[in-house]
Amino acid sequence: MLQALYGAVESGLIYALMALGVYISFRLLDFPDLTVDGSFVTGGAVTSVMVVSGVDPFTATLAGAAVGFLVGCITGILHTKGNINPLLAGILMMVALYSINLRIMGQPNIPLLNETTVFTVVENWWQTLNLQGIVMAPFEALGIAAYVPSSLDVLVAATILMVIVKKLLDFFLRTEAGTTLRATGDNQTMVRSFSANTNVYIVVGIGVSNMLVAFSGSMVVQHNGFADINLGVGMIIIGLASVIIGEVLFSFGSDKIVRTTLAVILGAIVYRMIYAVALQVDFLEASDMKLITALIVVAALVVPNWLGQTNAKQQYKKSKANAAKQEARQADAEGEKSHATAQSHS
Amino acid sequence: MLQLNHIHKTFYPNTPDERQALVDLHQELSGGDVVTIIGSNGAGKSTLLNTIAGSIVPDEGDVVIDGNDVTRLSEQKRAAYIGRVFQDPKAGTAPGMTIEENMMISLGRTKRRSLFRGVTKQLRQQFREHLATLEIGLENRLNTKVGLLSGGERQALSLLMATFTEPKILLLDEHTAALDPSKEELILRLTRDLVERHQLTTVMVTHQMEQAIAFGNRLWMMDEGKVIFEANDETKQDLTVEDLLDQFQAIRGKKMANDRALLTK
Ligand SMILES: Nc1ncnc2c1ncn2[C@@H]1O[C@H](COP(=O)(O)OP(=O)(O)OP(=O)(O)O)[C@@H](O)[C@H]1O
Ligand SMILES: [Mg+2]
Repeated sequence: MLQALYGAVESGLIYALMALGVYISFRLLDFPDLTVDGSFVTGGAVTSVMVVSGVDPFTATLAGAAVGFLVGCITGILHTKGNINPLLAGILMMVALYSINLRIMGQPNIPLLNETTVFTVVENWWQTLNLQGIVMAPFEALGIAAYVPSSLDVLVAATILMVIVKKLLDFFLRTEAGTTLRATGDNQTMVRSFSANTNVYIVVGIGVSNMLVAFSGSMVVQHNGFADINLGVGMIIIGLASVIIGEVLFSFGSDKIVRTTLAVILGAIVYRMIYAVALQVDFLEASDMKLITALIVVAALVVPNWLGQTNAKQQYKKSKANAAKQEARQADAEGEKSHATAQSHS
Repeated sequence: MLQLNHIHKTFYPNTPDERQALVDLHQELSGGDVVTIIGSNGAGKSTLLNTIAGSIVPDEGDVVIDGNDVTRLSEQKRAAYIGRVFQDPKAGTAPGMTIEENMMISLGRTKRRSLFRGVTKQLRQQFREHLATLEIGLENRLNTKVGLLSGGERQALSLLMATFTEPKILLLDEHTAALDPSKEELILRLTRDLVERHQLTTVMVTHQMEQAIAFGNRLWMMDEGKVIFEANDETKQDLTVEDLLDQFQAIRGKKMANDRALLTK
C-alpha cells in the first residue's frame, strides 16, 4: 500500500506536466482544447520510436515535447485562422492525431523494457554516485527507513524536474508576453484594442500547452516501459480533474499564478493517489477509473461554483478593507503633516 | 492629425437589408482638436468610430492618422495610434486580472511585449502615480481583480488605460452612457482632465446635447451617414440645445430621434 502511494506520487509528478498544459488551455486561455488526448500519445510515440532506434533519451524526450508544441500550434491556427470553434478544432486534431500517431509508431504498441530511457540513465547516475545511501542516511538515523521506498531515484528526479518546469512557467506567465497571454483568455477584445495580436498569443499558448502534454506523454511511456496508441484516451478529463482537485484543495482562495501552478501539480498527485487507492478496492476494476474521473470532474465543476462565489465576496471585502486601511494611514500622515505645518506657522 | 477622406460604408449591399451607414464622409481634425458627435439612432456614429479604429473597413475612402494612411492596417496594428473607451465598462478591462496587470497590458500599446518581467517595482510606482490622479483610491488597490470594481471605477480605469500612453487619437463612444448620473459626472470630469493633460485629439460620441456643447472645441451632428451640421470654436460657445434641434429640423425636415438623447438636463 505504502509502496503504491509512493508510486502514485512518482507518476503524479510526471502527469502534472500534462495537468499544467491543460491548465494553460482551459483556465488561462479559456480554450477547451481536446487535442490533449492525441498530443499526449504523440509525445510518447516520437520519443519511443527515437529511443528504440538508439537516440539519446534526453534528445528523444525534447523532440517529443517539440512535436507537441507544433501540434498545439496547428490546433491554435485551425481556430484563429480557420475560424473553427475551439472544441471542434481540438476534436479534429485528436482524431487526426490517432492516425498520425499510428504512422509514427508503425504498430499499436512499442515495448521499451530493455531500452535506455531517461529513467535508466538517472538510475545509473544514482548508483554510480551512490545517492541512495546519502539520501537514506537521515531516514536510517531516525529509524524509519522501512517506510521509505526502496528506490528514490525517480521520485527525486521527477521532483527536481517539476520544480524547474514550475519556476519557468511561473516566470513566463508573469512576463509582459505571459501577462498578455492570460489577458487574452480573459478579454480578447480589450487585449486587441491595446495592439496585441491575440491570434499569436492563442497559437503560442495552445502550443506551449500541448508541449507540456507531449512532454508528459513522453515521460509516461518511458516510466511505464511501453508506448500504446490508446494511452491518451480520456487524458483531457484526467488533466481537468487534476486541475480542479488542485484548485479546490490547494489554492486557498488565492489565484496568484505561483500558487495556482503549485495547486495544479499537487492536484495531479492527489488524482494519482485516488487512482492508486481505487485500484486497491476489490470491486473496482482499473477500467472503472474513467468513470470515477468523469464523476470527479462533474462534482468538481458543480461544487466550486458556489465556492467561487464566496471566495470572490471574501476577496472583495479584503481589498476594500485594505484600501480603507491605506487611506486611513495616509490621512493620518497628512494630518500629522498639516499639524506640523500649523505648528511651524504659529 | 486625423483625416477622413470621402468614406463610404454600406452594410449588406444589394440586399433588402442594405444600410448606408456612412456616405461620403469627409472631415479633418487638427492635433488637439476635441470633437463631440451627436445624432439620431443609426446615424452612423459608432460606425464612424469603428472605421477610425479599424474594426470596420470602409468600402471607399481612406483614414489618415498623423500623415500615415492606416486604411489597410489591421485593427490591432492601428491600435498603436488609438486609445479607445467603449460604452460597456466591462469591455475595456480584463476582469480576472489585477489593476496593475491591466495597466501593464495597456502599456504594450506602444511597444513590443517582451519576455521580461511584466510588472516591475518601477512600473508599479508609475502606475500608482497615474492612478492617484483619478482620486478614487485605486492607487491603493493595485492587486485587486478588476472584476471586483464598480462600473464607475472600471470605466475610470479604462479611461486612464486608454490615455496615459498618449495615443494620437482618443475614441469615446458614449462612454458614460451605462453609468448612473453621479458616476457619469465623475467620468466626464476625468475625461476632461486627461484629455487636457495629454493634449489628446479626441472624438467623443455622446447622447447628451448639453455635454456635446460644453465639451471640446468642435461639434458634429450626424444623420444618415453624413455630418449634416458642424460647429467650431467660435460658433460652438453660443449654441443651445434648442439651436441644435432647430438646425436638425431645418435640414432634415423631421425631428431628431434618439431614444437615449437627453435634451435637457
Ligand atoms: N456590424 C453591422 N452590421 C450590419 N449593420 C450595421 C452594423 N453596424 C451598424 N450597422 C447599421 O448601420 C447603421 C449605423 O449604425 P451605428 O451603430 O453607426 O449608429 P449610431 O449612430 O451609433 O446609433 P446609436 O445612437 O443607436 O448608437 C445602422 O442602421 C445599423 O443598423
Ligand atoms: Mg452607437
